[in-house]
Amino acid sequence: MNEERKIRVLVAKPGLDGHDRGAKVVARALKDAGMEVIYTGIRQTPEQIAKTAIQEDVDVVGLSCLSGAHNHLFPKVVALLKEQGADDILVFGGGIIPHEDIPKLKAKGIIEVFQPGTDTRDIIKTITEKIHEKREKQEGLA
Amino acid sequence: MSDDLKAIREVKAEWEEKDVAKTVSRFPERKAAFETTSGIPFERLYTPLDTDSLDYLRDLGFPGRYPYTRGVQPTMYRGRFWTMRQYAGFATAEETNKRYKFLLDKGQTGLSVAFDLPTQIGYDSDHPLSAGEVGKVGVAIDSLADMEILFDGIPLDKVSTSMTINATAAMLLAMYIAVAEKQGVDSKILKGTIQNDILKEYAARGTYIYPPKESMRIITDIFAYCKDHLPKWNTISISGYHIREAGSTAVQEVAFTLADGIAYVQAAIDAGLDVDAFASRLSFFFNAHSNFLEEIAKFRAARRMWARIMKERFKAKDPRSMRLRFHTQTAGSTLTAQQPENNIMRVTLQALSAVLGGTQSLHTNSWDEAFALPSEKSVTIALRTQQVIAHETGVADSIDPLGGSYLIEKLTHEIEDKANEYIQKIDEMGGAVKAIEGGYIQREIADSAYQFQMAVEKEERIIVGVNRFRQEEPPLKDVLRISPEVESYQIQKLQKVKAQRDAVKVSATLARLKEAAQGTENLVPPILEAVKAYATLGEIAGTLREVFGEYRES
Repeated sequence: MNEERKIRVLVAKPGLDGHDRGAKVVARALKDAGMEVIYTGIRQTPEQIAKTAIQEDVDVVGLSCLSGAHNHLFPKVVALLKEQGADDILVFGGGIIPHEDIPKLKAKGIIEVFQPGTDTRDIIKTITEKIHEKREKQEGLA
Repeated sequence: MSDDLKAIREVKAEWEEKDVAKTVSRFPERKAAFETTSGIPFERLYTPLDTDSLDYLRDLGFPGRYPYTRGVQPTMYRGRFWTMRQYAGFATAEETNKRYKFLLDKGQTGLSVAFDLPTQIGYDSDHPLSAGEVGKVGVAIDSLADMEILFDGIPLDKVSTSMTINATAAMLLAMYIAVAEKQGVDSKILKGTIQNDILKEYAARGTYIYPPKESMRIITDIFAYCKDHLPKWNTISISGYHIREAGSTAVQEVAFTLADGIAYVQAAIDAGLDVDAFASRLSFFFNAHSNFLEEIAKFRAARRMWARIMKERFKAKDPRSMRLRFHTQTAGSTLTAQQPENNIMRVTLQALSAVLGGTQSLHTNSWDEAFALPSEKSVTIALRTQQVIAHETGVADSIDPLGGSYLIEKLTHEIEDKANEYIQKIDEMGGAVKAIEGGYIQREIADSAYQFQMAVEKEERIIVGVNRFRQEEPPLKDVLRISPEVESYQIQKLQKVKAQRDAVKVSATLARLKEAAQGTENLVPPILEAVKAYATLGEIAGTLREVFGEYRES
């Protein structure tokens, strides 16, 4: 097997929320962990995010929202990726998100939701594991 | 150095060699070095040696007198406590109006309006970009009709109102003026604040619309308009709060805020205003973070620095132009989702630092805000926290009670020095606007935020319940929910307003505004005319978008 492809991540801020401290910190931590990271900047529509994710051929999209619009925005990104045949891209989320929303988001295809206080090493670990699971599965099929 | 100080120095050296060395050899200190969030060392002990260079009359003086280090009023809280002003707003104007009445009933002494993001960015509730955001982080305001509901039954001649509104500040201020007029209240007596601080939106908070040059024009137009029509209004709240929330240190918070302040003063002077005609209405907004002593020193340093900037740099003559009056909010970013009840203690200590630092008004965060907007119950505890500090602790009974502390005075001095180094650097870049356009301030903030996170993860900084003293806990229930129906209800109201208003008049006022924007006249009067004709916020902001264009983050 060739050297494993680096995990490519799009960190994105959907909606009108401008709080990007968390997004920037996570982006940098993922980069320091050896991933290739693209940060969209703030105020992206779900359409723009899906388009960038596909163009950039990423493995993972990390969505950050602190405005309470996550129930609307996160599933929309998942749905748009699916519509465009890119449902192999794993979508994670984070922000000010009440506990009771988490199972609903997961049911709509968000792999994991990270709340305030999450250690970036836990995010790195979760992403790495999920990507490896996916790649092993794909190799098994190939 | 006086003989007294020489003696102190000798005894201190001896104490260090003997007592300290002996103790440390048996019981090492917890860390090799102690420091504040800004990297300023915390010494083992502060003595008169640390305040040797302090000149009491030059550097501290008396409350209400230059350089205002000890406070901006002669009697401070002995006359009146700070204004207890909880930032609130969610869902519709109807619901938020109820929350305001609830807070006023509980003893709150001023209002503070939180608007939703579409209102802050100039989109109506039916705009595609508003989907999912309506009523979420604040109240949705589409037109004067909503503003009338928001302040229904609240006498605007009695309360003071602060509005966290920046890119669309002129529109919301115009709506406030129009509501007051309908209540029969003359704008000349209106008291309150608009945040109106666009520079920190580019740097840290994100609700900008127009490019910097056009935004600065709107801001100086507001200064000029208020000078004549709203003389008691705070025309701007130059905000370090969000800079700190975005991850800056205490020193960066002071430095970047005052650098923004310098840019606004310069812009107004360049627009032809006399410094003493507007500077007394400038106000500030700071964060009360967790490093207790550093925060107290920060507030005092900011006051002294601004006084010196206004007097020496801008040659202000009126003492009121030199007074840094500020609102404080406890640090939202320090609220933990883990063991969230502990946030009550965090907020208490942060609020205490703001009071010891001489704040003019205060918002205390609620313990459940790492999950959602606060519930009625949690916001009551937050307000009660202020009332306990005010009425039970005695800290408000003497002015600047920590003034003269060797540590506080030394730290105040060091924060001033380090912040001045930043301001000089920003000056060399051509000022705050240039420093923001070049991304310098954003990078500095992001670097500090990352270093902070890494320090937490390496356990160099301990956060109780997050990286130490953890425990299993059940998920938090009963957080405030914003119903998805708010959006459709708000859109219905908007359609009703559009159907009932005089469409010809709306078009005429918007055309008039466009013409004004293309020229150089003050934009506030045509905005006020459009507002009174029930033009929507999206229409007014959109008209200016057509002329000014939009800012894009680089």
